Amino acid sequence: MSHQHKNKAPQINEARSGLVRALRGILPPESLLVDAEDLRPFECDGLSVYRQLPMVVALPETIEQVQSIMRLCHDWQVPVVARGAGTGLSGGALPLDNGVLLSLAKFRNILNIDADNAIATVQPGVRNLAISEAAAAFGMYYAPDPSSQIACTIGGNVAENSGGVHCLKYGLTVHNILMLKVVTAEGELLTIGAETLDSPGYDLLALMTGSEGMLGVIVEVTVKLLARPERAQVVLAAFDDVVKAGEAVGSIISAGIIPAGLEMMDRLAIQAAEDFVHAGYPRDAEAILLCELDGTHAEVSEYIMAVRSILSECGATEVRTAADEAERQLFWKGRKSAFPAVGRICPDYYCMDGTIPRRQLPHVLRRISEMSAEYGLAVANVFHAGDGNLHPLILFDANKAGELERTEEFGSSILQLCVEVGGTITGEHGVGIEKIDQMCVQFRSAELAQFHAVKAAFDPTGLLNPGKAVPTLHRCAEFGAMHVHHGQLPHPELERF
Amino acid sequence: MLDSDISSDLQQQVLEAFRNSTPLRISGSGSKAFLGNPVQGRTTDVTGHRGIVEYDPRELVLTARSGTPLDKIEAALAEANQMLAFEPPHFGPGATLGGTIACGLSGPRRPYSGSARDFVLGCQILNGRGEILRFGGQVMKNVAGYDVSRLMAGAHGTLGIMLETSLKVLPRPAASITVTRECSAEGAISSMSALLGKPYPVDGACFHGEQLYIRISGSAQAVQEARGKIAGDVLADADAFWLALREHRLPFFQHSGALYRVAVKPATPPLNIEGTWLLDWGGAQRWLFSGEDVAAIRHRVALAGGHVTVFRGGEHPVPLFQPLPGPLLAIHQRLKAGFDPDSIFNRGRLYAEL
Repeated sequence: MSHQHKNKAPQINEARSGLVRALRGILPPESLLVDAEDLRPFECDGLSVYRQLPMVVALPETIEQVQSIMRLCHDWQVPVVARGAGTGLSGGALPLDNGVLLSLAKFRNILNIDADNAIATVQPGVRNLAISEAAAAFGMYYAPDPSSQIACTIGGNVAENSGGVHCLKYGLTVHNILMLKVVTAEGELLTIGAETLDSPGYDLLALMTGSEGMLGVIVEVTVKLLARPERAQVVLAAFDDVVKAGEAVGSIISAGIIPAGLEMMDRLAIQAAEDFVHAGYPRDAEAILLCELDGTHAEVSEYIMAVRSILSECGATEVRTAADEAERQLFWKGRKSAFPAVGRICPDYYCMDGTIPRRQLPHVLRRISEMSAEYGLAVANVFHAGDGNLHPLILFDANKAGELERTEEFGSSILQLCVEVGGTITGEHGVGIEKIDQMCVQFRSAELAQFHAVKAAFDPTGLLNPGKAVPTLHRCAEFGAMHVHHGQLPHPELERF
Repeated sequence: MLDSDISSDLQQQVLEAFRNSTPLRISGSGSKAFLGNPVQGRTTDVTGHRGIVEYDPRELVLTARSGTPLDKIEAALAEANQMLAFEPPHFGPGATLGGTIACGLSGPRRPYSGSARDFVLGCQILNGRGEILRFGGQVMKNVAGYDVSRLMAGAHGTLGIMLETSLKVLPRPAASITVTRECSAEGAISSMSALLGKPYPVDGACFHGEQLYIRISGSAQAVQEARGKIAGDVLADADAFWLALREHRLPFFQHSGALYRVAVKPATPPLNIEGTWLLDWGGAQRWLFSGEDVAAIRHRVALAGGHVTVFRGGEHPVPLFQPLPGPLLAIHQRLKAGFDPDSIFNRGRLYAEL
């Protein structure tokens, strides 16, 4: 995961100066970055171990400019990588040295809030949280809340199908958007979806959501708004055993309760978070659960009672309801600071993002702990327990020789484990460049070929974000040759060179 | 009928059809055969591919073969006090899971809980080359690869034969009541729209015969509390009302002539189109019996930002589904070719060009 490409071939430089001249005809000077120092901030996204300077950065501010750029790049057959705030964690916005990095950062306007129809139309560079802030005047909000919501943009959220801590009850981005305006690789402007609850034809909105910039450039997003709940309350439960905590999650759901958020942290994550923000977490617990209930006043009261008694029956050593809003915020602060908190106790950490059927949690945690010993690398586990999305954080030191490579291998083993137990290699961070090889583990050749056919239906010449999200069959053959599993070669039908 | 896995038999049929470019008409129980254009081709009966493959209520996930009757799935869910939250219409006694997802239809709860496609987590399909492929999975969050499973919902079988589908399921609400009051269409639309901004557990809103019906479901306390805030009398036998609405068995649906499904933004004022209306989905899905020309209806609905399906009783060769703009149709055609290169599946059912 750690390769920088520094040397540009001479033909790239020639192509570059021609392209820059043509782009100057489309964009004002301040909207085109060409000098290395100006390109530097765009060399990586939130997964900073992958870095690459783009050939050029374009910062259009109108849809017409985006269309002109795309037409130009299509004529010249220059690849384009679209980028929002660059908070993605899988290298999906990693630039190409022979490509245009298309930043949507200037598309920052909230175009319309239509409270009567509970929708908002916004430009792609609007921050996730800004939508909820603008909708607050109408007693409404936009539900998906990825942990980067202060910074991440809605365009990026759509490209990644972002989640958050409230997915179990309120769904992912795909469940909370209605319509997109998209510029194709050829520069054509399409409307996908509608302001109505469904739209004619195939569900292209589902295909676009989570497509990691491979199918089109998102230039406008219409989202659903929800009424803000009257009340939210959180219960914290401590356990002396992660298995018991996992069972408690199943018991809450079996009782017919869908919490707004249901999060689990293990001992190392608890201690790191507690040391960092003093959330009042029990430091000696093996696991804690945070269970948030929202709704009307009466509903929340009723569910709090029920959840407290379920947690006690499941063997919680302590069950605490936040006394007031300040304590509720503090409980969440501990969880939301878990990543930076872990960052304080080690030089580097690597955040994984697998999803598993919840019943597999004890098995998966046991295997991760065994692997942790094998690789000699500590792991803190943070878990969106309600929806089975596991974020193991592998602690390492990139300055120690070989440790980064060992971390990558450990991470790869965790993702393969997720696939083996019926889960997936990515719950919400996306494939990007990071997990492209693990796609070969999760999908067979015919399935990958079907993905390529989907890509070709939108972008026949493959100019949008090439090399991300879906591996070539050739790449899988090479990867498979290196990772023979139980004596079976994956993708056996492929020739290997 | 016993559970059975006939996927290899279905695969053989598709491989043969692919070799000979024989069109196939995919058939479940036929309960929704009225919807969409008539399809020519050899019938491929999927009803023998049936059975719940996996269901663990604690995971909130159910996986079943396409030919599994919806009744059977709903009964299994009810035993664990769970449900298909998109409240799918059956439109016939044998309705199957595959047909339900392929048609992508959702019932009265749709605006509040989500649609059929929203609950699809994964699928196994047979594409037009006779390949058995899996997409998505049995977990709630999964962003590996394009979302092909949700693409299947509402594709009317034109992209492949669904073999298995995994769905997210939800607990049944502990309590539910329906309140009703007399009002005008304008009043109903503005009341239903106002409810979107309130945190009450509303999960159904319909206007029909000068009566507004609001269904409130959730915990016993929540329903009690909301009852005090939403004006109207409690409707007796509310379940029967919502079932009849879902299944198009209310007297309204006994009209003769073409039935149009008009999708608009929920707060859209009553549309000036001659005919008889019923508003479901809080005003976002409106049913219309009208003698007016379909092109004229489509034109007026399009001005309001909506679209129209000729749901029942349409006369060929009127396009039953809202025509697509050229560039979108081109993408549809390329997708169709990507899944079904010889166009063997349900040719023309959705659009003549697919």
